[in-house]
Amino acid sequence: MSLSPLEILLSLAAAVLFILGIRGMTHPRTAVRGNLLGALGMLLAVVTALSIGDVMRWEWIAVGLAVGAVGGAVLALRVPMTAMPEMVAALNGFGGAASLLVAGAFVGDSSTPVATFAAAASGLIGAVTLSGSGVAFLKLREVRWADRLAPPGGVATTAVLLAVGLAAGGWLVAGGGEPAYWAIVAIGLLLGVALTAPIGGADMPVVISLLNSYSGVAAAATGFVLANTLLIVAGSLVGASGLILTRIMCVAMNRSLANVLFGRMASGGARADADEVYGGKVKATSSVEVAMLLEDARRVLVVPGYGLAVAQAQHVVRDLANLLESRGATVEFGIHPVAGRMPGHMNVLLAEADVPYAKLKEMDEVNAEIGEIDLALVIGANDVVNPEARTDPQSPIAGMPVIDVDKARTVVVVKRSLSPGFAGIPNPLFAADNCLMLFGDGKKALVELVAAVKEG
Amino acid sequence: MSVALVFATVPVPDAETAATPVIGEAVVLALLATVFVLALFVGVEIITKVPPTLHTPLMSGSNAISGITLVGALAAAGAGEGGLATALGVAAVVLATVNVVGGFLVTHRMLRMFRRKDRR
Repeated sequence: MSLSPLEILLSLAAAVLFILGIRGMTHPRTAVRGNLLGALGMLLAVVTALSIGDVMRWEWIAVGLAVGAVGGAVLALRVPMTAMPEMVAALNGFGGAASLLVAGAFVGDSSTPVATFAAAASGLIGAVTLSGSGVAFLKLREVRWADRLAPPGGVATTAVLLAVGLAAGGWLVAGGGEPAYWAIVAIGLLLGVALTAPIGGADMPVVISLLNSYSGVAAAATGFVLANTLLIVAGSLVGASGLILTRIMCVAMNRSLANVLFGRMASGGARADADEVYGGKVKATSSVEVAMLLEDARRVLVVPGYGLAVAQAQHVVRDLANLLESRGATVEFGIHPVAGRMPGHMNVLLAEADVPYAKLKEMDEVNAEIGEIDLALVIGANDVVNPEARTDPQSPIAGMPVIDVDKARTVVVVKRSLSPGFAGIPNPLFAADNCLMLFGDGKKALVELVAAVKEG
Repeated sequence: MSVALVFATVPVPDAETAATPVIGEAVVLALLATVFVLALFVGVEIITKVPPTLHTPLMSGSNAISGITLVGALAAAGAGEGGLATALGVAAVVLATVNVVGGFLVTHRMLRMFRRKDRR
């Protein structure tokens, strides 16, 4: 049996479309077209597979495609933007599962050592992706018992599982056949839970990015099983993408990947006492006072945190920004990389609320001009605006990149209370001379603020 | 093996076709590894240029692309071998299709929100 050059060329065309598709994502203007190019590449690949392959079971394929398409469409059209991290976690899991099933279907046939080795990799990584994404999904849904899924023994258990998984891989390569393959999958499923369950909710952006990478690597491994270059290209693109995002998230949280996966957040020696930091220095303000400050401000910076999304206050913030702009002020949004629960999440939430993307500024951009900001409005963010990261080398968050709102002329923090963020430390910003606290539920406080600005 | 061969884009040696000249297995591996490494470099080059604003759609969109396993799933489901291999293949078709359709659609939904503002 020889391969037709046509088939090889069509695969190449699909791979090129995938690359052009991702390249389109480098700008919001070209991104929609890019995504469509990617989808076109996928369609081409599927049509090629169906028309050139010797497909004998059309009925099953039709059922599978129909069920999957309806399921995928329903998920995609109904998921709220706040639940995008859960959606991506679920999709990662499905991708990993599909890869491991495909490798499993071919494992009996994989006579070459390379294909068998690749099948072992696909089974292990696919299974880790599946169960890891499942746990990440539960954690993002804030299901309480997800934390208790962590097996006892911590890192040692994980190491043992990994060793057993690799041993099972050796068994498969040595000719273990299907029993060896499914043993790998079973161990991979346990390993995925052991790796993901102990990780804290604040670290989910890293976990989702990493699982995204795994889903790509699993697809690439399946490509080696089938000697299919298209799977290898697409899989490695996604693997690279996930790894880059993982790195960006780790840098934004000032932590190494190993520390996220196996460590706890460093508990700094000289942990400041909240009363000592805040004692008598915190100034509470009212919406009327903030409205007056906003009236005089030429340049306003809004720094949203996940608290904003929890309060569903994106639209009210947009109203406030539009109102201020209509009065001649410039309003920008300073987005910390981990402001949401996955990379770029806060940008999507604000885009949904009709905030133009040109107004969404990156941390570095904002910090470069922070001295010119008349008023920084921090909403539902805490650790990402804590100046201690810059000033106190003993702090648990020392060195973490933060938005330097304390250097703006005036800072107003909209927050329910003085309770600490994920890092569990007090924030000296709240006690700073140029900082005012507007206590209250994010949305309610903002609605009142909008009303006060309109009246004033 | 035959199904794998149909979908393979690089010839794999097969005992039955030994009469015709075939590329050795080591060469196939080397070629596949070449493709893999080059694709990784391309990936790193373009993805580092994606702005943080689009990182969520990048993730869901690239996720849809990783649903390319669908091609392998179709091969497994359509092989007509029956039994476990077909069942696994059909399950993989369903999961990979959810990944592909859900991924591209949800990405489209998000990206349109970004473009909408661009026109104003």
